[in-house]
Amino acid sequence: MTAAVRVVRPGAYTTVQDGGRVGFQHLGVPVSGALDPFAFRVANLLVGNPPGRAVLEVTILGPELEVLAPADLAVAGAQLDVRVNGEGVGCWRSFRVAPGDVVSVGQATAGCRAYLAVTGGFDVPVVMGSRSTYAGGAIGGLNGRSLRAGDELAALPGALLARPRELPDRLRPDYPGEVGLRAVRGPQDEFFDEGFRRLFGEPYLVTPKADRMGYRLQGAPVPLAPGRPRSIVSEPSMPGGVQIPPDEQPIVLLVEQTVGGYAKIATVVTPDLGRLAQTTPGDRVVFEEVDLDAAHGLYREAVARSRTIEDLW
Amino acid sequence: MPEPRVFPRARYRIAGDRGLLAEYGDGIDPEVNRRVRAMAAVLRARPPAGVVEVVPTYRSLLVTYDPLETGAGRLREAIDALEDRLGEIPVPEPRTVEIPVCYGGAYGPDLGFVAETHDLAEEDVVAIHAGTLYQIYMIGFTPGFPFLGGLDPRLHTPRLDTPRTAVPAGSVGIANDQTGIYPVTSPGGWRLIGRTPLKLFDPARADPFLYRAGDRIRFVAIGEDAFRRLGEDAP
Repeated sequence: MTAAVRVVRPGAYTTVQDGGRVGFQHLGVPVSGALDPFAFRVANLLVGNPPGRAVLEVTILGPELEVLAPADLAVAGAQLDVRVNGEGVGCWRSFRVAPGDVVSVGQATAGCRAYLAVTGGFDVPVVMGSRSTYAGGAIGGLNGRSLRAGDELAALPGALLARPRELPDRLRPDYPGEVGLRAVRGPQDEFFDEGFRRLFGEPYLVTPKADRMGYRLQGAPVPLAPGRPRSIVSEPSMPGGVQIPPDEQPIVLLVEQTVGGYAKIATVVTPDLGRLAQTTPGDRVVFEEVDLDAAHGLYREAVARSRTIEDLW
Repeated sequence: MPEPRVFPRARYRIAGDRGLLAEYGDGIDPEVNRRVRAMAAVLRARPPAGVVEVVPTYRSLLVTYDPLETGAGRLREAIDALEDRLGEIPVPEPRTVEIPVCYGGAYGPDLGFVAETHDLAEEDVVAIHAGTLYQIYMIGFTPGFPFLGGLDPRLHTPRLDTPRTAVPAGSVGIANDQTGIYPVTSPGGWRLIGRTPLKLFDPARADPFLYRAGDRIRFVAIGEDAFRRLGEDAP
């Protein structure tokens, strides 16, 4: 096994992620995985990998990497500057690198997270079925933590591309400063009355307390219905759950959480979670209510869109 | 406070486009939790089409599913039908796991507070805490964190007002009527009364976990020497 890259600068928070660790939530192990599944899958496809291989999830400010072996790389997701030896190579397209090349990923100008894929996918030990980093439990990824200067990462074997790949412009998402999040009511519908009008009627701001566990929002308070207790018996949580703590400011739960003890007024639909994860502090989110049938329609559309992209190459 | 009720049939809640919660009672109660775990066992043994994951907690069961394969309505029907066959699938026999704990001192910085709050000597707190057989109601928060029911009312103590930013792995704590163990270093607001040298979660072991929801835990008081020795030999 040969190393693929050496970390010169780690960036703000760069971790190895794949499609997530499914099946261990009952033991307190959250699913983890890439927060923006669309960009994650496209990054892999751009270098000729199956869509679920392990990549680097870059947060706001990217890393600088020294290349140790020939490979194709691609960065997809947030808009940021990607350079090889100082020359811009752009996002949403593959580029060939050779040993000694230095790849630098800059600061996001739109969006929050980008995915850097390598031929074959990054090779770290599989822990409980996944290579995803879960820093809270110190498992997965490289030694269960985010990257540091000096780290070396290996890649699984894979064939170099016969010709470079690029995602057509029309298929590239933009990352606006205001996103709509569609959500279904529940699980604790009966804990709220006026709260629904607030949540589905008022815009919310993303606060700096936004990470892989969840996004704290700020805006019109979401009150509990009169007589409802401030907490519930702890129950499992799903990514997308909109939890209302005693300060009445919503928290949208993400992928590093397994249980919670506050009532959840609504759950953001799966296809919109990646868009939330691409917002940064100060961005606006607007919730829109959909029923479960509509949510399942959106889910099927998102899967179909993702398959269309797999068929491009 | 009224006694928790066991629901005659599951009550369902929508947890987004991939999750369905089945609730079996309105509070923390051994019989409610037994139903939850029995249903989890049935669902794992005979998973309806499209089921991805089954997560039992105190009184509710989360069933995650693939919306391309099934829907909430179909899943409800399937779960209801399995409920009628609960008796056919045995619930795994609970194991009793002994957890050695060094109480007090640097290992349990809040032991004194718990003792003072209840007008007890520290030794009494230890004797009461280690003298009870606890049921694991659920595992969550961090990998392997057991939420234990059955804490003696003489030890019920509120959480810290300001949680600690880093509770050492192995710390044994109390939060109101619950007791539990932090398997990995994490933030936490429970009152810490001791620490175990065992690694409760070790992804390098064949079975990374020492217990499952439904098992029982008994704490065994040990001294500092034993703590160091067991720490070195810990599995």
